[in-house]
Amino acid sequence: MPEANVILDANAIGRALTRIAHEIAERNENSAEVVLVGIPTGGVPIAERLGKILSEIWKQSVPIGSLDVSMHRDDLDQRAAPKIHPTEIPFDVNGKTVVLVDDVLFSGRTIRAALDALNDFGRPKKIQLAVLIDRGHRDLPIKADFVGKNVPTAANEKIIVRENEVTLERK
Amino acid sequence: MTWIKKHLLDIESLTADEIVTVLDTAKAFKAVGERAIKKVPALRGKTVVNLFIEPSTRTRISFELAAQRLTADIVNFSADASSFKKGETLKDTARNLEALNADFIIIRHSASGAPHFLSRVVNASIINAGDGAHEHPTQALLDAFTIREHKGKIAGLNVTILGDILYSRVARSNIWALTKLGAKVTLCGPSTLVPKTFEQMGCRVTHNVDEAIRDADIIHLLRIQHERQRKTMFPSIGEYTTLFGLNKARLAKTKPDALIMHPGPINRGVEIDSEIADCSRSLILEQVTNGLAVRMAVLFLLNGGKGPQEVSGS
Repeated sequence: MPEANVILDANAIGRALTRIAHEIAERNENSAEVVLVGIPTGGVPIAERLGKILSEIWKQSVPIGSLDVSMHRDDLDQRAAPKIHPTEIPFDVNGKTVVLVDDVLFSGRTIRAALDALNDFGRPKKIQLAVLIDRGHRDLPIKADFVGKNVPTAANEKIIVRENEVTLERK
Repeated sequence: MTWIKKHLLDIESLTADEIVTVLDTAKAFKAVGERAIKKVPALRGKTVVNLFIEPSTRTRISFELAAQRLTADIVNFSADASSFKKGETLKDTARNLEALNADFIIIRHSASGAPHFLSRVVNASIINAGDGAHEHPTQALLDAFTIREHKGKIAGLNVTILGDILYSRVARSNIWALTKLGAKVTLCGPSTLVPKTFEQMGCRVTHNVDEAIRDADIIHLLRIQHERQRKTMFPSIGEYTTLFGLNKARLAKTKPDALIMHPGPINRGVEIDSEIADCSRSLILEQVTNGLAVRMAVLFLLNGGKGPQEVSGS
């Protein structure tokens, strides 16, 4: 069994998402322009939870989509083909503020791929990034706008995000 | 499931899981084709060669567009305009293409096994786009995709393949794919073109068309392959149409939700009535649309099939 430390429990995840939602609301005065786009698989349930909290804050529903980045990855010829998850963006992103949502920010390569993939759907006015965990070790100049928790990690450690718990495991 | 194959040579050597992986991946690429921007950079910088030693329009164009929508560069190489006329062997041609750093070679050839041969002599990924009467794997994959999309499943369905089975690579690839996925396959046509030996592939063989299509969920029609057969296989085209052609009277005796497929090119008035080819139960043009998505999926999967899955960072 790998050694596992709990970083966030269910309450702490809830508090972190509530805070992120308020930060998104504070940063974006025009609520009608904001849409949330989760990156499969981990970002999608988090985008849904953030959307729920934001719609309570704003008293209006917030459009939520999902954006698979497999076809835009930079390592496709170096690895077995990734499983492709559904992309569903049932709204026009042109002129919108798109908040990309992922569970863990690590190298930044997924986010780079997401920026490219999003480009195929239109030209958002702004793109912001919300993540539950920022574990460091960036390969690219990418920074999150909204972070649930910064977790210093070693390269051989793994962050596991579940609905009610985030743990850090040693491989 | 992790895809590890480098070549797509036939359906016979694929597992049911691998077939399903192609179909699932193709679903995502079909969605790409419905966007305003129909192109993704997955194969950026890769070179694809269409090596068509036997004439083809739709399959060649489908692969060409698939490669372009994945941002690969593609060149077409056809038998008429090539060095084959000057006496170069297939192996030498392929080696020349490889010297140009081709990453994929898509081959159609009149000789069964030509793609398998190529896969042993060059390093590029080989895709079989039809080899003799042997296999046409991407056709079977797009047919399976189309059936699954309309019926929600393949296992348990009755699929009848009607026509020239003996000379058909489409039939062979379809039989492999459909039986692996759990469909019940019936073959029907003139006894000279549908020998009982096909029962060894797990199919039912009958020479009575009304009985063959009565319980079918899918009626898959095949063209008579004039170019591959001698004239002695059946008396005349007219007699074939009378005995085996799909017409309104025959269609009326099938299940009302039975769907009609055909790999094309269709011969209107021979194996299929013109009206039926255009009716709402015909999936013929959808097969063409889905073919593009399936070929994108195949290129995408084979591109990665060169090493173990690496876990790279988020």
